[in-house]
Amino acid sequence: MNALMATARRDVLLALRRRTDVLTAIFFFVIVVSLFPLGIGPEPALLKKIAPGVLWVAALLATLLGLPRLFQADYLDGTLEQMALSPSPLALLIAGKILAHWLLCGLPLVLLAPVLGLQFGLDAASLGMLSLSLLLGTPLLSLIGATGAALTLGVRGGGVLLAVLVLPLYIPTLIFGAGAVAAQSAGLGVEGHLSLLAALLALAVFFAPWATTAALRIALE
Amino acid sequence: MNLINWFRYASPQSFYPLAGRMIPLFWILALLFGAAGLWVSFFVAPTDAQQGEGYRIIFVHVPASWMSMVIYLAMAFWAGLGLALNTRLSSMMAQALAPTGALMAALSLITGAFWGKPMWGTWWVWDARLTSELILFFLYVGFMALQSAIDDPRRADKAGAVLALIGVVNVPIIYFSVTWWNTLHQGSSINLTRAPSMAQTMLWGMLLMALAFWMYSIAVSLLRLRAIILERERHSEWVKHALE
Repeated sequence: MNALMATARRDVLLALRRRTDVLTAIFFFVIVVSLFPLGIGPEPALLKKIAPGVLWVAALLATLLGLPRLFQADYLDGTLEQMALSPSPLALLIAGKILAHWLLCGLPLVLLAPVLGLQFGLDAASLGMLSLSLLLGTPLLSLIGATGAALTLGVRGGGVLLAVLVLPLYIPTLIFGAGAVAAQSAGLGVEGHLSLLAALLALAVFFAPWATTAALRIALE
Repeated sequence: MNLINWFRYASPQSFYPLAGRMIPLFWILALLFGAAGLWVSFFVAPTDAQQGEGYRIIFVHVPASWMSMVIYLAMAFWAGLGLALNTRLSSMMAQALAPTGALMAALSLITGAFWGKPMWGTWWVWDARLTSELILFFLYVGFMALQSAIDDPRRADKAGAVLALIGVVNVPIIYFSVTWWNTLHQGSSINLTRAPSMAQTMLWGMLLMALAFWMYSIAVSLLRLRAIILERERHSEWVKHALE
């Protein structure tokens, strides 16, 4: 556990020293969310309906932006190899990196989304559900995305290829996350959506670091 | 069984001529099953009580869907085997299966749309089965994209294997989607435990066409595998002799 926390702390510290990278991803989220009302039209009823989907898709895209950077810097200067050679299990160190990625990329989205949801006229209960669904969903995005980032490490056409690989895997998270908020707005039950989201998260917390480690070892050969 | 050392065929050099001998057999089987299946589909199977003649597209749609799922499982199996045992030929087989699987998935979606328009009134609906089949198509494309983006073939094999294994969880989701969710797509008419809920002749037509698609997929995948073997083993002596 110490290794996990140490790696997470290191990554957060390094990222905070280059704050622009983190902030640009967050601003990307804000800008993308603003594009939809501008493109579709400001009619309040329509905006209220599309809000869960728009906010969730923007969260997906913003997470995708930050993913290539997850392993790239360490890969380029050899730190990743040192991590692979260290006595601590690589899966633990990778889990620490993914935790750092979520703290820098996912958590700001969880905190920012309700504020942006106000622009779409979502009511308080829906905003709460939005935060909850993103709280469950953004770790999923970091976990699944990390596997994609490991598979495409150092590969040509990295960013777009990463998107093509990872977005189909994100679709269940998107469906249940946005579905929970839409159900809340419509007054229907949210337990099913949240339960499935939590189940996906439980599976990903177990399997994703392991799959990411396997993919990293392939990339490091 | 004891007389043949099956593991000998794990070498590309040994499997290449064997595949060459198998391919014509599978083409012939595909043509025979296809001819029989098409004849049953058009001339023997009766007009459906609710859907008229338009239902006959199931004789292409259902086999294509079945094959898209079966090929993905086969692809994931061979890729996983190549990852675990470090065999080249297994990964080459996975690479050979991917385009055919993608074709089957695309066919399934397109023929399904042709059915949906007259029957449901819409080309597409975002229900669980169609969405998960679309995801399957994206997974095939992602697998092919990843393999072509990585220059080193061995690294491409292993990375593709990890991706294929991650995506294999989608196949049961597609299969069970019609029982787990309220969906516009019809439920499964064919089960392992219950009697099929469709006319005998329709069932036969579907099974014959499914066999035709299966034989076709094997023939085409083996053909592609031979090309991949030649390309990846081009520096070895036996290939240089074979190409003379």
